[in-house]
Amino acid sequence: MSQGPTPLLSLSGVSKRYGGVVANSGIDLAVTAGSIHAILGENGAGKSTLMKLIYGVETPDDGVIAWKGQPVRLSSPAAARRLGIGMVFQHFSLFETLTVVQNMALVVPGAQAALAARIRALGDEFGLSVDPAALVHSLSVGERQRVEIIRCLLLDPELLILDEPTSVLPPQSVVKLFETLRRLQVKGMAILFISHKLEEIKELCDTATILRLGRVTGRLDPRNHSAKELATLMIGREMPAVVRAAPLGLGEVRLELAGVGYANDDPFGVSLSDVSLAVHSGEIVGIAGISGNGQQELAALISGEIAQGAAPGAIRLLGQAVGDMGVAARRRLGFAFVPEERLGRGAVPEMSLADNVLLTAHGRGLVHRGFISRQAERAFTADCIARFDVRTPGPETEAGALSGGNLQKFIMGREVMLEPAMLLVSQPTWGVDIGAATDIRQRLVAMRNQGVAILVISEEIDELFQICDTLHVLYKGRLSAALPTASITVNEVGAHMIGAGQPAGAVP
Amino acid sequence: MNAVEFILAGMLAAATPMLLAALGEMVTERSGVLNLGIEGMMALGAALGFMVTYSSGSHALGFVVAAAGGAAISMVFAALALGFVANQVVAGLAVGVLASGLSSLLGKPFESQTLIALPKLALPGLAEIPVVGVLFQQDIVVWLTLLLALAIWGVLNHSRLGLIVRAVGENPHAARAVGFSVITIRCAAIAFGGAMAGIAGAYASTVYTPLWADGMIAGRGWIALALVVFGTWQTGRVVFGAFLFGALSLADLTAQAVGASVPSQLLACIPYGVTILMLAVISSNRKRLRLNSIASLGQPFEG
Repeated sequence: MSQGPTPLLSLSGVSKRYGGVVANSGIDLAVTAGSIHAILGENGAGKSTLMKLIYGVETPDDGVIAWKGQPVRLSSPAAARRLGIGMVFQHFSLFETLTVVQNMALVVPGAQAALAARIRALGDEFGLSVDPAALVHSLSVGERQRVEIIRCLLLDPELLILDEPTSVLPPQSVVKLFETLRRLQVKGMAILFISHKLEEIKELCDTATILRLGRVTGRLDPRNHSAKELATLMIGREMPAVVRAAPLGLGEVRLELAGVGYANDDPFGVSLSDVSLAVHSGEIVGIAGISGNGQQELAALISGEIAQGAAPGAIRLLGQAVGDMGVAARRRLGFAFVPEERLGRGAVPEMSLADNVLLTAHGRGLVHRGFISRQAERAFTADCIARFDVRTPGPETEAGALSGGNLQKFIMGREVMLEPAMLLVSQPTWGVDIGAATDIRQRLVAMRNQGVAILVISEEIDELFQICDTLHVLYKGRLSAALPTASITVNEVGAHMIGAGQPAGAVP
Repeated sequence: MNAVEFILAGMLAAATPMLLAALGEMVTERSGVLNLGIEGMMALGAALGFMVTYSSGSHALGFVVAAAGGAAISMVFAALALGFVANQVVAGLAVGVLASGLSSLLGKPFESQTLIALPKLALPGLAEIPVVGVLFQQDIVVWLTLLLALAIWGVLNHSRLGLIVRAVGENPHAARAVGFSVITIRCAAIAFGGAMAGIAGAYASTVYTPLWADGMIAGRGWIALALVVFGTWQTGRVVFGAFLFGALSLADLTAQAVGASVPSQLLACIPYGVTILMLAVISSNRKRLRLNSIASLGQPFEG
């Protein structure tokens, strides 16, 4: 399978099943030292399962994993680490109430003072500066990722796995990360880089293994292939494009925040200060920024989950001051809301889809004199399932049984069918496959064309550029001025995301 | 001896059963496990401690057997809560009831028997101070408990072992990802908590009130649980809360002795109310509370 020297890590015919679901099937993979090897695939393609097998979190049902030519059995992450495999997780495995050096001390033997010195030395060598004495919960996402990488490097790994490392980073930090990875590559380290972002892989990686539905569909040098070819291998058809709608004349202001502040007394939360924005009828306004800069607080202030924080009058929804109104009162005005957590806030996992519909659509003829009309409820749900292409056996299915993408389509559908005048959507396409994501974006644009005012909070800059008329960037609880998407660049937005304001300014 | 001296002389010993149990429960909870069976485990420790000390004449042996018994019964809880991933609240209550039942069964032949308590050890110099001096005449278990509290504080905050326990309590999934066995660490923390509850019970039955009577723990296990939560899992606050409770419960006795015109039932409520109020006030800073509280407490973890 491989040419030249023995690969550092090789997999042949590796399969993994969960119940009846085949997550990985007959995977062959060879990673050589000094190579940055991409694992490319959509959500649900089996990338995460494959990494769990390599890092010893799961064991394969079939097939052989070999390290330097010798078959090995990786029964635990500790076993993988002993061989020289390190992993940086997508959702970081750091302990927030401990300091950076304490986090390291959990994994690496040695006195904390000596460790702190090594952390600084590694930071200097690979461009990973971080304060060893800082408490992790006070660090930005980029800093936390550096901490994770340093924690791996302290163990001198020969293979470093990074799971979607750029999904949480602003563009400038991505550049820094790539620089770090290239320096590690020069040192002879092998890097497995998991991503679904084609341009990044073309820029960074020298080999790519493409997965679709748990199988390898391509093995190539991404530098020699176009993004279109990669996408076709990844999703099995051509990448669908969102039709960017022509600008409309702006209608009346439907949502207005004028200098809204919110003092958060949760030490893990963010306080907002002086947030001003306006969303007009027939307009999509986007809030860009890295998660954890106040997005949750802003969404809760607008939805009414935090009602007392803003002074009454500072938030105007559909012409009314709503600062002291609760969630239900705001919804009655014609406001609808899709939260970022689908299970627990957007839908109740243990309840059927039909009962979940009732949660927000009760006002649409589903309840008569206090009694639920099961017929109307089922009809509404079936309509939602059909119109929004939700793949499910039927209205009686539990919400928790749906895949992330399907549930998102269902919740979006439910809120859209309320025919809101103002819609707030948080992270519309998190964990949703490309087909469904495109579909969701298309629906948002269609609603805007019908005159709905839409506010989208998202981490995906590309998505925001695709659908929004205007962007704001949220950074440390402060909102930038309105930036029209027609006249700004991704880099300018990226600069706002790290608080630099001007793209020419210094990058921290 | 006046009222102040009476309270000073007795408050440390009165606090010791609660403090021992609370320190153990604090460690268990720091690892993310809520053990509500403390009351029953104390009762079992009290019965075992009394039986062994009564039969052998050795307090030390009594404490060792009580610790072993507490740890053993806590392993039943560990098997349910960790092995079978049962609801920790229900498992803890069930094992607690089992343990108190066992204590009644074992203690039956010893009903109303008495023992000789441990001698008081005076700290030279300090014990001669007028009025306050009585505070420094305590039995060896009180002194050892204070040293133990200091040791637990040191281990939790300044050692690798403590870091591991805290890490498991904050984020068991991340702890597993970096290579720790969450189940093993939690199991050890439960065993420690059980052993401490056993010792706490033995202190109550062989030293503090050296006699066996069924139901003699009388809610002290529940107070220990409250001390841990209202002390926000901080060693210093738990110690403070225990002493406050000890002093107030003696003050209540003093007030009854001098014939205060307040109904005795009301007086008996005061230590509970005031202790919880004090700790709640100390811990009322929401920021600190959020930082101190244990993120995974009571949540089942499948390893």
